[in-house]
Amino acid sequence: MPRFISAKPDSRLIPLPWGTPLAEWPVELLVALPRGLSRHVVRFIQVGDTVYAAKEVIEHLAQHEYRLLQDLRRLDTPAVEPMGIITERGESGGVPLDPILITKHLQFSLPYRSLFSPGVRQETVLRLLDAMVVLLARLHLIGFRWGDVSLSNILFRRDAGAFAAYLVDAETGELHPSLTDGQRRDDLGIARTNLYGDFLDLQAGGLLQSNLDPLHLVETAIDRYDELWQELTGAEEFSGNELGRIENRVRRLNTLGFDIAELDIQTTPDGERIRIQPKVVDAGYHSRRLMRLTGLDTEENQARRLLNDLDTYRWWTNQQHVDEAVVAHEWLTEVFEPVMEVVPQDLRAKREPAQLFHEVLDYRWYKAQRESREVPIIEAAKGYVHDVLRSLPDEEMSPDVILPVGGRRLVNPYDPSQGYVDEGEEPPHDPWEDGVEEPAQPSSFFDIDALRAKAAGRPAEPAG
Amino acid sequence: MHQDMANVTYQDATRIYPNSDHPAVDRLNLEINDGEFMVLVGPSGCGKSTSLRMLAGLEEVNSGRILIGDRDVTDLPPKDRDIAMVFQNYALYPHMTVADNMGFALKMQNMPKAERNTRVLEAAKLLGLEDFLSRKPKALSGGQRQRVAMGRAIVRQPQVFLMDEPLSNLDAKLRVATRTQIAALQQRLGVTTVYVTHDQVEAMTMGHRVAVMKDGLLQQVDSPLELYDRPANLFVAGFIGSPAMNLIQGKQVEGGVQVGDYVVPIAREILAKANGEETLTIGIRPEAFEVAEQGIGVEVSLVEELGSDTYLYGTLSGLGDDEKFNAQQIVARISARHTGRASGTVRLNSKPELIHVFSNATQERIS
Repeated sequence: MPRFISAKPDSRLIPLPWGTPLAEWPVELLVALPRGLSRHVVRFIQVGDTVYAAKEVIEHLAQHEYRLLQDLRRLDTPAVEPMGIITERGESGGVPLDPILITKHLQFSLPYRSLFSPGVRQETVLRLLDAMVVLLARLHLIGFRWGDVSLSNILFRRDAGAFAAYLVDAETGELHPSLTDGQRRDDLGIARTNLYGDFLDLQAGGLLQSNLDPLHLVETAIDRYDELWQELTGAEEFSGNELGRIENRVRRLNTLGFDIAELDIQTTPDGERIRIQPKVVDAGYHSRRLMRLTGLDTEENQARRLLNDLDTYRWWTNQQHVDEAVVAHEWLTEVFEPVMEVVPQDLRAKREPAQLFHEVLDYRWYKAQRESREVPIIEAAKGYVHDVLRSLPDEEMSPDVILPVGGRRLVNPYDPSQGYVDEGEEPPHDPWEDGVEEPAQPSSFFDIDALRAKAAGRPAEPAG
Repeated sequence: MHQDMANVTYQDATRIYPNSDHPAVDRLNLEINDGEFMVLVGPSGCGKSTSLRMLAGLEEVNSGRILIGDRDVTDLPPKDRDIAMVFQNYALYPHMTVADNMGFALKMQNMPKAERNTRVLEAAKLLGLEDFLSRKPKALSGGQRQRVAMGRAIVRQPQVFLMDEPLSNLDAKLRVATRTQIAALQQRLGVTTVYVTHDQVEAMTMGHRVAVMKDGLLQQVDSPLELYDRPANLFVAGFIGSPAMNLIQGKQVEGGVQVGDYVVPIAREILAKANGEETLTIGIRPEAFEVAEQGIGVEVSLVEELGSDTYLYGTLSGLGDDEKFNAQQIVARISARHTGRASGTVRLNSKPELIHVFSNATQERIS
């Protein structure tokens, strides 16, 4: 009798065949969505219009990951949303099944493998790395040691011209009050190895442009992390007549998308020297501001873009003296929402609203340049829908477009970890595998007679 | 295949987490021999993983020291300790060959290609993966994938292997097969290995020696058989063995310990060590019990036949109905020829040398 542990129960999950190993679930319950590699059996399951990721994993790891993902959400860190754990799944052929951890599928998310296709631009790769670096720094800021940083464990979402990264796998993670430098270095060491493997694999699959060197990409990512970490946490010292540097630091952090919640400022008794160091920084500077003003929930760079448009609107409509919140409401109803209304219902799964608005702004800018005139936003929106959006793949959940990767067929469309169909021959004989299928005893059986025989140097008598 | 193997020494190694009132690992003293397979085992929160992570350099050592060979590694960063966490990364890359999957980290360290290939080939031979080297991992079974992941650690040729619950991601079927393979492989490699598990069966079947921990304290470190035959205290006695040892409290009386209407005879010199305690705990393994004329009375509630053995489950006889409800279960494994008598109330006895006696005051073994 399976048992459900959930903070947000979804009763439609209850009748699913939990007594069956996940790898053997009927395909009509599954969706083949692109995803990274995983050491466990992972499947996307669909109930109604909702898609969940299900991962079969040993109980204490399932519990651990469920709790950690909850903690990460509480700490407002980008990670997938945990939905629950199914335990006590009964037996298949006498062997108890491991629990299943359920997380919500992150809409509009793209695993890195779907973003790499032959001819991917270097610029795009670097933006993916930047998104990963920001995620890693944010995790480290809250005291989270990941233990398995890799592109496979990240989902990306479009964020204006860049990407936002989300953590998908917290199994090896640990949450501490804060991280020591050693813990951070170690996490970076793992990141270095895993990323190198990720890029080598893309290279081997012909998915990485030949001018992109895996080692160089890894070094770039680590250097960018170091720079960001220094900006976020490093101390800065200057003379007493350079007070402007305090404000500069705050501005630089805001530009990076961070807010200083606590800045430590020390001065020498004579006031000659000043030392500043951010103590608490919070990510999401722009997205929180946009949320406060408009209620729109967006990624950081999308928020930046929308806020810029809001500022332009305020200036254009000559409302600099009017309260910002009032103008923001007007912008929402006069600009943002009418643009969304231009998009036909059946095209809305192609882009998130904020991303769509950003792309309309881009479209308008190019059109205005080309035609040397002002292009009204609604006209731009209509043009964008007609010229661009219609031909884009669905990204809300897009099985068909992204698979197969690079024109190759997956062995199992529901499990990319099994690789691609490209070798026809039979696998070589492996003597180690002989007899693996049917162990004589369940794993919990302790055979003291065999142990005594082994200690005495005798062959063990057949158990039973 | 490794030249300078090494022993590992914990000297009063202690880890106290911030805001915690007691140490996660409390003055651990443990000597792991060159080439030994040491298993750290205990219930969740006992300090086994923390101990491993202190050795790996992932946890600060607040006091005491850790040595690998003669090197004090207490304050060294993880990468300078010459250790390898096995199975840190299991994911296999689908476009890369098995050989590249095993050796890619060496490439990152700029190791010359010839040496890389030699190391990968050596590891593949050990793992029985030679024929798979030029293949992609797509067709590999769960166990083969596990071996490739093991190969990643082997090619680094570290002084010490560390494994933290390495079987936890395998299904039950593979767990049994893989634990045998890991133990055999360690034997052939001869590299000092520290292995953490919460599963006592895994610990007992894999380790040369097993260190049992509880609440941050080392309880006992011994060979599996010694742990089984001479558990040092009540915790180890109850933790090691499946089904567990029967631990029965009784009153100390002249010549033995009274259980129900029967006095389990205990040698005078053992009772002398009991310091006049009113009650003692005796421990008897299920397979040490024999059905006899004289012995502890047990009311049998369930008989289970497993092959040539019969398991009797019951409670001490002579209990009131209320007591029965919460009474501890007594388990006996007897050979099948006794089945005929295994119903209703039986008398169970054991050879004196198979009876363990523990002090209730100190929880220590006194027999």
